[in-house]
Amino acid sequence: MNSDVTDFASLAPAYPEILMALGVLVLLLLGVVLNKERSLLITWLSVGLLVATGLIVLLQPADGVIFNGLFIADSFGRFMKVLVLGGAGLALILSISNAEENGLHKFEYSILALLATLGMMVMVSANDLMSLYVGLELQSLSLYVMAAIKRDDGRASEAGLKYFVLGALSSGLLLYGASLIYGFTGHTNLGEIVVAIANEGRSIGLIFGVVFLLAGVAFKISAVPFHMWTPDVYEGAPTPVTAFFAMAPKVAAMTLMIRLVMDTFAPITSDWQQIVIFLSIASMVLAAFAAIGQQSLKRLIAYSSIGHVGFALVGLSSGTQVGVEGVAIYMAIYVAMTVGLFACLLSFRTETGYVETIDELAGAAQSRPFVAAVMAILMFSLIGLPPLAGFFAKWHVFLAAIEANLYVLSVIGVLASAVSAFYYLRVVKVMFFDAPVKQFAAVPGELNIIMAASGFLVVTYYFTVGNPLAQWAHIAAGSLF
Amino acid sequence: MTFENSILTLLTWLPVLGAAILLLTPKTALNAIRWISLIVTIVVFSLSLALWQAFDPSSAGFQFVVDLPWIGDSIGYRVGVDGISVLFVVLTALLMPAVVVSSWEVDSRLKEYMIVFLVLETLMIGVFTTLDLAMFYVFFEGTLLPMFLIIGIWGGSARIQAAYKFFFYTFIGSVLMLLAMMAMYWDAGTTDIVRLLGHDFPVGMQTWLWLAFFASLAVKMPMWPFHRWLPEAHVQAPTAGSVILAAILLKLGGYGFLRFSLPMFPDASAQFANFVFLLSVAAIILTSLVALVQTDIKKLIAYSSVAHMGFVTMGIFAGNALGIQGAMFQMISHGIVSGALFLCVGVIYDRMHTREISAYGGLVERMPQYAFAFMVFTMANVGLPGTSGFVGEFLTMMGVFQVNTWVAFGAAFGVIFSACYALWLYRRTIFGALTKESLKGILDLNLREKVVLYPLIVLTVVFGFYPAPILDTTAAAVDNLVAHYSESTGRNPAVDLADERAPLEYVAPAEGAEQPAAEEHAAEPAAH
Repeated sequence: MNSDVTDFASLAPAYPEILMALGVLVLLLLGVVLNKERSLLITWLSVGLLVATGLIVLLQPADGVIFNGLFIADSFGRFMKVLVLGGAGLALILSISNAEENGLHKFEYSILALLATLGMMVMVSANDLMSLYVGLELQSLSLYVMAAIKRDDGRASEAGLKYFVLGALSSGLLLYGASLIYGFTGHTNLGEIVVAIANEGRSIGLIFGVVFLLAGVAFKISAVPFHMWTPDVYEGAPTPVTAFFAMAPKVAAMTLMIRLVMDTFAPITSDWQQIVIFLSIASMVLAAFAAIGQQSLKRLIAYSSIGHVGFALVGLSSGTQVGVEGVAIYMAIYVAMTVGLFACLLSFRTETGYVETIDELAGAAQSRPFVAAVMAILMFSLIGLPPLAGFFAKWHVFLAAIEANLYVLSVIGVLASAVSAFYYLRVVKVMFFDAPVKQFAAVPGELNIIMAASGFLVVTYYFTVGNPLAQWAHIAAGSLF
Repeated sequence: MTFENSILTLLTWLPVLGAAILLLTPKTALNAIRWISLIVTIVVFSLSLALWQAFDPSSAGFQFVVDLPWIGDSIGYRVGVDGISVLFVVLTALLMPAVVVSSWEVDSRLKEYMIVFLVLETLMIGVFTTLDLAMFYVFFEGTLLPMFLIIGIWGGSARIQAAYKFFFYTFIGSVLMLLAMMAMYWDAGTTDIVRLLGHDFPVGMQTWLWLAFFASLAVKMPMWPFHRWLPEAHVQAPTAGSVILAAILLKLGGYGFLRFSLPMFPDASAQFANFVFLLSVAAIILTSLVALVQTDIKKLIAYSSVAHMGFVTMGIFAGNALGIQGAMFQMISHGIVSGALFLCVGVIYDRMHTREISAYGGLVERMPQYAFAFMVFTMANVGLPGTSGFVGEFLTMMGVFQVNTWVAFGAAFGVIFSACYALWLYRRTIFGALTKESLKGILDLNLREKVVLYPLIVLTVVFGFYPAPILDTTAAAVDNLVAHYSESTGRNPAVDLADERAPLEYVAPAEGAEQPAAEEHAAEPAAH
């Protein structure tokens, strides 16, 4: 087979990934050579690498399909890559404070995070079932190790093992689906699969393949009924690792989902729509009710993230450009809120360690007014209460659903968001209405900055990022149609 | 930047700017915090008066309009006021300084308290000034956030349940309205309220949209039987919270009916009018009876608010000029009177720390000035001629009489019952022998309380005798609304547009010379 790569310039669409891959190797060598005490330096260099890659994505936009159709770069992918890189970089910054206590003072942690990010970038740009799987596995394998990186901790090891077993199962589902699709269409290239489906029509084998493939991806975005691992892994893994899980991988997997259904399976829209609508309703409703009984903050956030995936899928269910725009905006706002949320979580430390249950936050508004205020703002925003950013996220996705006449889905969705308000408000209630019981330790500087930035964006969304984000998402979604 | 295109933006966002300044003020600088809040609210009030002054009442359209695209295709930055909304802006701005002054002595977390109230002011003014459907929802729903905190942090002993109840009742109703708004956007292709007012929604769709809006507005209003959250929220909220809740937040429901339900879904409104009448009369009679048996002063006033809002919904859905003018007047008047009543309750609560009616009695002996103020507002609440409460009730009953006599008949009972519970409350707290030891040392109104209450007394009485400033402002916009509604529903516009001020000419003739005589007539019953 002749390669379409003739010179370095023809690699332009993949520059960010190439930089990333080379950078990881250099940092890995550096980590091995350097003294073990210098892991902080590696972390900052990793953040620098992520920023540099992000700048290339933004400043050197090059569209195109290369590597014989394995790899695609378009503005939709760029939008999502920026989110992935941002989420990963912020999660790395979150891991700096109290690294030793979290077991994250090893340089391998940053390297694994970078490898996972590289995998996600490949997922975002995958244009072939094979490159899709390669990216997904590079990401997943790195994440399994990250979950269990605090080796001596029983819960972290349990989380890592659970994640690995269930993740391997989902990879199996995905591979099986991919093989069925290959078998019934004769292609692995996503572009050629579309043509094949359009020409030959749908067959029962193809539908089977689609179901398995989407089930595999649904596991990665932790949509119900493939969500079982999420609360356990979120709770067991060290908090900064949970933060990493909650942001970048979700964005990457959601991108994959969008690309598959909107592009590849566009000829069989009514078939995949049923699946996505089911995932969406199940996620929103189950998360809303299951989270009510949670005592652990991290389990609560896990269910909250399941619910938010459900809301994002509301936009995707519409199968329209407005819907994809909505999902893109939703994910961007979700990342901005989540990073602030985890920064708050990491700021609540007592002498005995991090705060784990909701009740331990009692009266936090008086001992740590700033952190509590940001956390309350984020909780209100997660409910979707205007004028905060979370409302606009919901506005965009439900707007798409209403346009597509998905009224039942929309009504269930907004009612689920009303139910979910119950557990978010409980956090606010405990922090603001209850009497203080604990003293909290001082907050590291970088966390303050992240919280301030997240809170600021969420509050001033209408005035600051609202329009630029919508415009950009519009352009990004346009490249899929 | 001219007055025309900046006044509404300034009015809306100035309070938040004040809140930002407070954020930077150290929380121990209590006096600075109080004065900054007061100055900001007074500046906003002055600006709102300037707005009312510059407002042209003869035009039915929107004035001071700004229209900018903002977020994507669906959300814009659009502001403007017409005869229906401008008075609510003034009412909000009027009550905020009163609220700040009445909260002068708040001792816990004063800084957060003032910030939350200023943010709330922005949201409330925003509801009335925005001309964008999505932004209307943003402001409308946004008021939940500060109010939830106000009840939950500074409220009474059962505040948490009350705050939750308030939040969920309103939130669940509103999310359905949100979906309806999105459906409207796709049908009309815009969220611009001005263009939506000119858009004809298909009749079948109107029914669903009307119901979705009703789910939200009826809870906010609140209409019977969706009012269950209100008494609890009122009882548990701090005084200032109750004032804002009763005076402004309840009006959001009525404003929504006037801005959306009636003009945008006229067919559905006509179709559901009898349903609304039924609920309104039920509210007027049943909640008045419930108010009779209350032992808590705030709860009693809260139930009376529900009853008075029944007059408003009744007037609005009468769909004629008399009814809607009456509803508008009733809302403004109720805003002043119920706000003042809650302030009055706050005065004695600050002294005795109880709201039980049985804990009081014979206050007139120690607090004559308080007794006077409380009397004026009680009479206005009853709807005594010569107070602003009378005009609204009278006009709405006239309006509805024209449409449905039985509804007016039922509502008339409400007037009687309201006299019962309000006067009985007054007798039990103010009159009688001063036998309770704890009350012997109670002090009369201090300067701060006088500054708050006296201007409201003046307004109550002035608008009772001379309602023209309010009715003139709303007339053109209401006529326009009524004409549109009558045409859409196939009624006779000439009947519906019958001069709404005709019956009032008797009380307030155009010539200034005859006015004192008329005043004497009307003032006589008040003296008894």
